[in-house]
Amino acid sequence: MKESVSKFADSEVGPKVRDMDEAESMDPSVVESLFEQGLMGIEIPEEYGGAGMNFTAAIVGIEELARVDPSVSVLCDVHNTLVNTAILKWGSAAMKKKYLPKLATETVGSFCLSEPASGSDAFALKTRATKTDSGSYRISGSKMWITNAMESGVFIVFANLEPSKGYKGISAFIVEKGDRGFSIAKKEKKLGIRASSTCVVNFDDVEVPAENLLGKVGEGYKYAIGLLNEGRIGIAAQMTGLALGAWENAAKYVWNDRKQFGQLVGSFQGMQHQLAQAYTEICAARAMVFNAARKKEAGEDFVMDAAMAKLFSSQVAGRVSGQAIEWMGGMGFVREGIAEKMWRDSKIGAIYEGTSNIQLTTVAKLLQKEYTT
Amino acid sequence: MYSSQTNKCLLIDFWHSVAERESAVRGRLECLPARMSKSLRILVPVKRVIDYAIKPRVNKSQTGIDTAGVKHSLNPFDELSIEEAVRLRERKKTPVSDILAFSAGPAKCADTLRTAMAMGADRAIHVEVPEDQPLEPLGVAKLLKAVAEKEESNLVLVGKQAIDDDSGQTGQMLAGLLGWPQATQASKVEIEGETVTVTKEVDGGVDTVRARLPMIITTDLRLNEPRYASLPNIMKAKKKKIEKKTLEDYGVDGRRRLKTIKVEEPPPRKGGGKVQDVDGMISKLKELGKIWAFDVLPFPSSVSRPDGFLTLNATRSNLE
Repeated sequence: MKESVSKFADSEVGPKVRDMDEAESMDPSVVESLFEQGLMGIEIPEEYGGAGMNFTAAIVGIEELARVDPSVSVLCDVHNTLVNTAILKWGSAAMKKKYLPKLATETVGSFCLSEPASGSDAFALKTRATKTDSGSYRISGSKMWITNAMESGVFIVFANLEPSKGYKGISAFIVEKGDRGFSIAKKEKKLGIRASSTCVVNFDDVEVPAENLLGKVGEGYKYAIGLLNEGRIGIAAQMTGLALGAWENAAKYVWNDRKQFGQLVGSFQGMQHQLAQAYTEICAARAMVFNAARKKEAGEDFVMDAAMAKLFSSQVAGRVSGQAIEWMGGMGFVREGIAEKMWRDSKIGAIYEGTSNIQLTTVAKLLQKEYTT
Repeated sequence: MYSSQTNKCLLIDFWHSVAERESAVRGRLECLPARMSKSLRILVPVKRVIDYAIKPRVNKSQTGIDTAGVKHSLNPFDELSIEEAVRLRERKKTPVSDILAFSAGPAKCADTLRTAMAMGADRAIHVEVPEDQPLEPLGVAKLLKAVAEKEESNLVLVGKQAIDDDSGQTGQMLAGLLGWPQATQASKVEIEGETVTVTKEVDGGVDTVRARLPMIITTDLRLNEPRYASLPNIMKAKKKKIEKKTLEDYGVDGRRRLKTIKVEEPPPRKGGGKVQDVDGMISKLKELGKIWAFDVLPFPSSVSRPDGFLTLNATRSNLE
């Protein structure tokens, strides 16, 4: 599977990376081919048109895509680990039947939790849902930093149905792109992962039928925590893939092309040690990612592992992709190859799905709990 | 047509169709086996080779190529065969009742066969042969003959060569052993009932040959663009069957007839220079004394100096 995705990424995505980054938009043909390859329904069972693979397979896919383009990788990551998983886990039978086949074969999904005033403090969200007399729900509010919004047809939206209960009033709903009152307000211009769309999305009294409530009333916050814990492993995989892609790109250059003082620059010991150190760090990060995935798969508690994997992978990605530019000299600095893009892309790893400080807080809290007597 | 004129500007495209070459195979048409069904039973032999992106390295004892820990994959020409078999089924012109992937080699060939099945083969047969005693083309051809007969295949789609030893012999030997017509280096395959039309690219043009089933077709690069195995198909392939067989099952002797004396790396390439255009190249070649008295040939041909210094195989049009 890894080989198949890697080959696909190299030949189908690879040639478009630079143009998509410059144009700050995702080529629709790339999204189409992701669906064709089954990369948008990795964990969706075969009966719904998915590949019926496991979480680790999703991680492998995300990592392989990120090696070539972290923007394409995050589209696949959010869709699989947040949107598909949410419906698979908590959707009703009717909801699964309605949405999973679409999500596996043709419709991109988005996950709408963050808002202008609630990021790390996600449950301070202000989007409101009210129940109408007919039993349907009406959603009002504004969401920010919504990945895939431009490409998506299905949105999982977190809104507070009973604000008096605080975060325990939060519920999750499914909104479709065509629903009245739904609109994309603004597409952000970003430093990195520029081909991946990130938007402000408005819900202006969007009415959804009662059956679009995802899971149970008031359990939205639980779902969000659970999904983001898993999702972090996906982002960690995106970051290790990115680091590997940046490293390989530079390694090929310094060990095959670039000569100075009569020898390949990669043959100088100072360079060799840096390359070896960086590769070691990538391997360590990957071991953490796959260990977190293994624990998740085995039903063990993986919250701390996921937090550490995401924290460390994003740090490694930033460091290695930055060094890779230096190893390549001028050729790393120009907007021709992928070197400078990988470095720009790495920055988001320390921000989304829980900033590095939030990951550290999570780890520290769990450790303190364990070591407090 | 093959004018002796050596005018530099003469551009000729040869598109000579040789559809009438069938006469060579017509003799076979009368002896079609009675069991021939209308549907296609395709046999696709596949080989596990060192991945095309890996630079092969000669081992220390100079007896072969280092294979330990080196990435292997499905021979690219065999990918074309599998893809063509699947496309023949998808075109629905002639029903395809069976696509059988076959491989003879070490235990790891199972991965290669899984890839073939993920691309669309229905089932697979694996004859295990030790990695250090690979079959020679004749051995493979004998084995394939036995398989084709046993499985009642009526079409063998086989890569024109494997990228490891580049022998390019198996398909032809198999055709000889079976007494079936063959079309080599296919760039297009059309099947209408039991009539098969194969287009093959030759220097400067295309050959079209026609024959009737059963037959052998060897596949070339421009035949199609092989698909990537999609994730759902990778999962489906896991449930497909790989039958394990031995050489004895097919009554084939895997003994080698050739002995490898020595394997060496090609001499390292010496740095080259850049020229502006075709004229620049021609005058540079002349200057270096590496081209014959005449200029670029008006027709495609291979020309070599008696000392074998340079082989020029080009027309002006494809130089440009």
